Amino acid sequence: MSTQHMPLWEVFIRPRNGLDHKHVGSIHAADSKMALQSARDVYTRREEGNSIWVVQSRDIIASDPDKAAENFDPAGDKVYRHPSFYDIPDDVGHM
Amino acid sequence: MYSQGLIGTNTETEESEEFLAAFQARIDREEKIEANDPMPEAYRKTLIRQIGQHAHSEIVGMLPEGNWITRAPTLRRKLALLAKVQDEGGHGLYLYSAAETLGISREQMTEELLTGKAKYSSIFNYPTPSWADMGAIGWLVDGAAIMNQVPLCRCSFGPYARAMVRICKEESFHQRQGYELMSVLAKGAPEQKQMAQDALNRWWWPSLMMFGPYDSDSSHSDQNMEWKIKRFSNDELRQKFVDATVPQAELIGLTMPDPDLKWNPDRNKGQGGYDIGEIDWSEFWRVVKGGGPMNRDRIAARTKAWEDGAWVREAALAHADKRRARRAAAQEAAE
Amino acid sequence: MKPAAALADALITLGDDHLILGHRLSQWCGHAPMLEEDLSMPNMALDMLGQARNLYTYAGGLENKGRNEDDLAYLRTDREYKNCLLVERPNGDFAHTMLRQLYFAAFMHPFWQAATTSADDKIQGFAEKAVKEIAYHIRHAGEWVIRLGDGTEESAQRMGEAVIALHGYTDELFSTTDTMQICIEANLLPDPERLRDQWDQTIEQVFAEAFLTIPEIPFPQEGGRDGRHTEDFGHLLSELQYMQRTYPGMTW
Repeated sequence: MSTQHMPLWEVFIRPRNGLDHKHVGSIHAADSKMALQSARDVYTRREEGNSIWVVQSRDIIASDPDKAAENFDPAGDKVYRHPSFYDIPDDVGHM
Repeated sequence: MYSQGLIGTNTETEESEEFLAAFQARIDREEKIEANDPMPEAYRKTLIRQIGQHAHSEIVGMLPEGNWITRAPTLRRKLALLAKVQDEGGHGLYLYSAAETLGISREQMTEELLTGKAKYSSIFNYPTPSWADMGAIGWLVDGAAIMNQVPLCRCSFGPYARAMVRICKEESFHQRQGYELMSVLAKGAPEQKQMAQDALNRWWWPSLMMFGPYDSDSSHSDQNMEWKIKRFSNDELRQKFVDATVPQAELIGLTMPDPDLKWNPDRNKGQGGYDIGEIDWSEFWRVVKGGGPMNRDRIAARTKAWEDGAWVREAALAHADKRRARRAAAQEAAE
Repeated sequence: MKPAAALADALITLGDDHLILGHRLSQWCGHAPMLEEDLSMPNMALDMLGQARNLYTYAGGLENKGRNEDDLAYLRTDREYKNCLLVERPNGDFAHTMLRQLYFAAFMHPFWQAATTSADDKIQGFAEKAVKEIAYHIRHAGEWVIRLGDGTEESAQRMGEAVIALHGYTDELFSTTDTMQICIEANLLPDPERLRDQWDQTIEQVFAEAFLTIPEIPFPQEGGRDGRHTEDFGHLLSELQYMQRTYPGMTW
């Protein structure tokens, strides 16, 4: 059994032009060329996309779930950031 | 599906009653649990075990059908079977990735499979001596698997649920492929029909066993139900499968190998359903414990692939190191 | 011979190359060195087998003897298959399989490129689709040849052995049959001999990166284009044809 592990990569696919790349899953590969080819072979078998990004999982920096409350809750009461906060006369129609 | 880099640094959670209650409340609100969220150790362990087992089933499941790729009778069937077995490899891969978010590596899981520490679905310990087995597996084994898998798309653990959504989408052709194959045989020459009936006779009972022991004898169910890893009981899913499958057999003129099978109008709250005969659980336990016809061969085949592939994986890693070193040297020289 | 009959025959030969190589690749399914490769190899096999179907179906129509793709794929004797010997060589280890794929793809890529200007519309259509598929095979197999050639000591040795074992079969890629010759003259199919430079270039490029050397081949192996096959071929056919021979004339 190999002692060294094959690095893990995250795969992002853009379904078609005009859309964002979206995380679809992961693969194992020794280097970036291999990662791109594996991502192509694993995640685009059914015409799922026209562009692939791969990034080594260990290079992703994630926010701390323990700080989720202080990170994200403060946005909750800023209702004035949304158009529905403002009243305008009905006659104006769509704005 | 999320990287190790995304896994929370703090996996040790103090499991006070308060914490467990708050966790259960999240589950009850149908909130998804993500890989780096705090979770009870038992929840993590159960998921690692279940997702790993599920992944192994896909990988070992490539073997009985792979047995016929080179002998498929037409080019159309050959392509369909090859694409299907390939999908199974993909599903194993998605599932290993989902398990990896919980802090176990694919290599570790592989080792557990090969040493017999981890289990996989016993159904793949039956042999595929005939072409009709390709039909029976697609129709019955995939049909039974779908019953189990569709509810898993709503499993409380996000990465597992997302992997299952992708898998269910891709699997939709598998069962149809199998049933179509079976119905062509059933309509064909007497030898073909006999081949189909023989396969049905061999696969029907093991398919029913795929749902696991009767609810009255099952050990894991209660906690998994509470955690919404599992949403229906073994017996509920088995009944659904029976009710869906029996008419499909009739439609193509095949007979279920169960003399006690009969329509019961009182089943399913008066909507009716089928009663089936007693399942032979001694056979089930025998296969689970390693005594099935193919247990040894399956693990031997996986071990051989893994060991024969070691030099390839090592070479890929060594080459990647060399490339990196050369790039670094070139950069240094340029500076 | 009428051009249609010649073309049919030449396309069956081409179909045989694709069927047999696709079959060989499909033998790996479930046994690859890593899971990712268990998805890559079937992708290539499906490309090969898909092209075989197209070629056989078109050829069957042209020859007008009522043979469909399956009659052509499953119901001929060994001498009637005209695939080159390279594609029927057993899988061996992963190094052999990837090198065999590279050798074949490095030939088919310029072949299909040239075939996009065929005088035959159908062939143009096949070529336009196939040229994209095969370009990827060069990349995928080529990357592996490089990785293994320039990996560990063991992998370099295995890759070197694969080159010695297989290089002698590559000459036959450039040989032609009588019917292929008719098709070349009618501008229906490209002349393989003219593709040699491109093939050499691809192989030299990959070999340079893989630290492999192209061996001298004093006695190239050939015979497949005449229906004279290696010993392994009969075993391949007995598997491939098993169902059709055991249960003749049935629908599957």
